[in-house]
Amino acid sequence: MDDQEKRHIFDDPQNVKRAIHALYVICGLSLLADFLIKRHIDHPWEVVPAFYCIYGFVACVLLVLVAKEMRKVLMRKDDYYDD
Amino acid sequence: MTSLAPFLIFFVGAIFVLLTRGVLRSIVLLIIPIIGAANLLAMGEGVHLQATLFDYSLTVVRADKLSLLFGYLFHLAAFIGVIFSLHVRDTVQHVSGVLYAGSALGAVFAGDMITLFVFWELLAVTSVFLILARRSEQSFRASMRYLLIQVLSGVILLAGVLLRAHETGSIAFDFIGLDGLSSWLIFLAFGIKCAFPFLHNWLTDAYPEATPTGTVFLSAFTTKVAVYSLARGFPGTELLVYIGATMAMFPIFFAVIENDLRRVLAYSLINQVGFMVCGIGIGTALAINGAISHAFNDVIFKGLLFMTMGAVLYRTGKINGSELGGLYKSMPLTTGFCIVGAASISAFPLFSGFVSKSMVMVAALEEGHPIVWLALLFASAGVFHHAGIKIPFFAFFAHDSGIRTEEAPRNMLIAMGLAAVLCIFNGSYPWLLYSLLPYPVHYEPYTVAHVITQTQLLFFSALAFCWLKLTGLYPPELPSINIDVEWSYRKALPSLARWGLRLGRSLGGGLSTQLQRAIEQFLRQVYRHHGPRGVFGRTWPTGSMAFWMTFLLGTYLIVYYIQ
Repeated sequence: MDDQEKRHIFDDPQNVKRAIHALYVICGLSLLADFLIKRHIDHPWEVVPAFYCIYGFVACVLLVLVAKEMRKVLMRKDDYYDD
Repeated sequence: MTSLAPFLIFFVGAIFVLLTRGVLRSIVLLIIPIIGAANLLAMGEGVHLQATLFDYSLTVVRADKLSLLFGYLFHLAAFIGVIFSLHVRDTVQHVSGVLYAGSALGAVFAGDMITLFVFWELLAVTSVFLILARRSEQSFRASMRYLLIQVLSGVILLAGVLLRAHETGSIAFDFIGLDGLSSWLIFLAFGIKCAFPFLHNWLTDAYPEATPTGTVFLSAFTTKVAVYSLARGFPGTELLVYIGATMAMFPIFFAVIENDLRRVLAYSLINQVGFMVCGIGIGTALAINGAISHAFNDVIFKGLLFMTMGAVLYRTGKINGSELGGLYKSMPLTTGFCIVGAASISAFPLFSGFVSKSMVMVAALEEGHPIVWLALLFASAGVFHHAGIKIPFFAFFAHDSGIRTEEAPRNMLIAMGLAAVLCIFNGSYPWLLYSLLPYPVHYEPYTVAHVITQTQLLFFSALAFCWLKLTGLYPPELPSINIDVEWSYRKALPSLARWGLRLGRSLGGGLSTQLQRAIEQFLRQVYRHHGPRGVFGRTWPTGSMAFWMTFLLGTYLIVYYIQ
């Protein structure tokens, strides 16, 4: 407050962009690893190339979209129980 | 070797806490779990304390690998919780925190089910003050609902125990398994405390209403005592596999749209307990080891996450995602600790969740539950999404809320730091934890496949979050609440009762005299057959009387609440 708001790391939109790009790079690398390293398989489904990448991504998108729909049924005002 | 009963150190300690003030009280608070731990380390396996109550011989302290592990864990949790709350000047919270930890210790060392029942109820009665101590109308109401449901769980437990004692002549607390009414009652009682689906709402209702420090205690003990009890009484019960998988799945949907960040963590607590319950249901050595080690890690990382949110609430007075953001600027250390907790619950390599959760998942595949495995994998991605990303993101980053505050007090930082170190230690060097587990561990967490697949799962979940955020598909944090099972007893039931009352009044008096006559007639008949001289009177067992007494008490509780 008093020190004239020193600028913090994510005040610079460039840094936010960098963080997102870093995530893309890591995702790319972990995807690449799937094709370079032969991983141990416990279940036939895991044979699908990039199984965990696809499953993680799809699971989260599905989770959020379903939860968003649930809001239409479940969401109430803050004071719903207050009467 | 003579050892004291672990709970006794805490109960006696609570008296000293009550009698002291200031620095002296802080010292007493810190010393209690240290003395307790020293006592426990000296305690070997076996029966340490027996007593007699009427015809029953009680095994008050029974120690084996399972109970000792939970004993160590609860001492650790109490120690961290005490440090976190040292700045608090509130006798109620200090005393009830210590008594609550002691009750949890009493429950896990109980060798018979009467002793278990006593501590089961003490858990409820001592912990309710941590919610009451918030001293608001809202927390008062939440605490009463909490107490009612917890006591009800105890009443059901007692009914089951008495019935079982009548059937088998034994009150020993060992393997129970699902057969017959008594075991189902005990199962139900455990299920309430364990937050089974539909019985879970007390947790998400009450925990976020407790004080900033109270929730840290609450998150550690009650559900873990229930997990311990299930591991003791119902390992290998297949029903638990499906209950556990459901628990791991459904709360994450609620967590995504919940605004109160401590309530998000409460939902995520159920999600993590789901993994444990599932492991207990699978019942193999690997699965049980997984469930127990995950309980250990969960107490630490969930405690850490609740501590970071407690620190935020303490400093800003706010806890809703819609009101927070940008706090990394004024609370950088708390932010760092929160990220460690988030990485641990998400099971990143080198963090504690990584070495325990996967045991349950591997066991699910080994025992032929591929669908359950897929569900748990979904839940693993989901937990990263709602606890791993959402909590740190909306509290500390996201848009800048403009709130400028101070870093958390030093005692809070020490407690969070200690928990963070434990999360990284257990994740990077799991073998100490593994050596304490009930079965020998042949599991190797750090294989190339496990590290790669887990990393892929998590980073692509993060990618999904990023994509949903950038495209605007991610639901915004809104000042709102979401209805859950509690709607049935907070809205529907009271409305129904009011409606019934109105109906009764409007039907008038004529009906009531007729009704009275019919009841009297019915009672006379019952007395004739079941009274002291009746035919059925000859078969009265005292056990059934005790059973119906508890049933009546339970019904009374419910009726009292509805009114």
